[in-house]
Amino acid sequence: MAPAKYCRLSDTKPGDRFRIEKVDVPDPVLKRRLLDLGFVPGGEVKVGQRSPLGDPTAYRVCGTTIALRKEESDYIYGEKIHHD
Amino acid sequence: MTDRTYTVALMGNPNTGKSTLFNVLTGLRQHTGNWPGKTVTHAEGECRHRGALYRIVDLPGTYSLYSNSADEEVARDFLLFQRPDVTVVVVDATALERNLNLALQVLEMTDRVIVAINLMDEAKKKGIHINTKKLAAKLGVPVVPISARNREGIDALLDTVDAMAHGRIHTTPLSIRYSPEIERGIAKLLPLVKELMGDTHPARWIALRLLDGDASLLQALKQPPQRLIKEGNAYACCGSVKSV
Ligand SMILES: Nc1nc2c(ncn2[C@@H]2O[C@H](COP(=O)(O)OP(=O)(O)OP(=O)(O)O)[C@@H](O)[C@H]2O)c(=O)[nH]1
Ligand SMILES: [Mg+2]
Repeated sequence: MAPAKYCRLSDTKPGDRFRIEKVDVPDPVLKRRLLDLGFVPGGEVKVGQRSPLGDPTAYRVCGTTIALRKEESDYIYGEKIHHD
Repeated sequence: MTDRTYTVALMGNPNTGKSTLFNVLTGLRQHTGNWPGKTVTHAEGECRHRGALYRIVDLPGTYSLYSNSADEEVARDFLLFQRPDVTVVVVDATALERNLNLALQVLEMTDRVIVAINLMDEAKKKGIHINTKKLAAKLGVPVVPISARNREGIDALLDTVDAMAHGRIHTTPLSIRYSPEIERGIAKLLPLVKELMGDTHPARWIALRLLDGDASLLQALKQPPQRLIKEGNAYACCGSVKSV
């Protein structure tokens, strides 16, 4: 488990910006896939639209839009970036 | 006239212009085929440059070679079992950071790599300047800027392919150093892998994949896909419809 101060990427809303702190996945193949898709610690994610059924959600990361299901974005921890 | 055909594989992330480049190179004389047992299609065609004949293979776009999707296995197996004479990694000039992930993975598998930076026109529009010389020095392989849609840089790319296919280019691909623990594991496995596989496969890369517990790779090594065995000449078993 990641420390409680982090939230999950799956807890964000469309329009949010999010900085990844940790990709903490029990399944190594899924972990590898998320990293390869550009979800790497330190990376910034912009949350896009949710599909009509609520899942998956589009995320803008590393210059490309990637759709993740909740059971994937659940494992990506970080913090929301607030604008001043 | 040369007596052999050189195989050139096009790899890269999705949507980086591989098929556009493929069509420019082959003049649309493509044979498309469905690899048996896979839902993935690939295209291959021919290209002649300075008298030599090249078989160009357009592989599926992937972000990686390790996530074990069907597309990634096709691309990985092609590199591993077909061992193309030249692999061109087509990268998007406007998203280099993302694209170089795959390029680095390919550099671990083969030293016969050219990085083609595509969409240079798009990069220019966005004010992105790419120091291709420095990138080539860092990666240890040739880097050629192109704009496939505008047919820019194609001759320079083909000249580089020609030079590499004919052994006139010596590369020094960037080799990633891992943690001491992993490097110790590699060092232990390396002689065993070499003994088992000979010099025909990238031993360090296979050792790394073994350490990573890559079950899909083990499966592929045990049973090299029939269609990819070099001696069998893949043309014959691709089931490709030749539509010249
Ligand atoms: N501006 C610009 N657009 C390009 C260039 N090359 C390709 N494109 C465009 O990029 C898009 C994707 O091109 P494709 O050739 O289909 O890309 P691909 O790599 O084969 O894509 P996948 O097969 O899905 O992996 C198309 O809309 C092309 O017209 C280029 O040099 N400049
Ligand atoms: Mg394509």
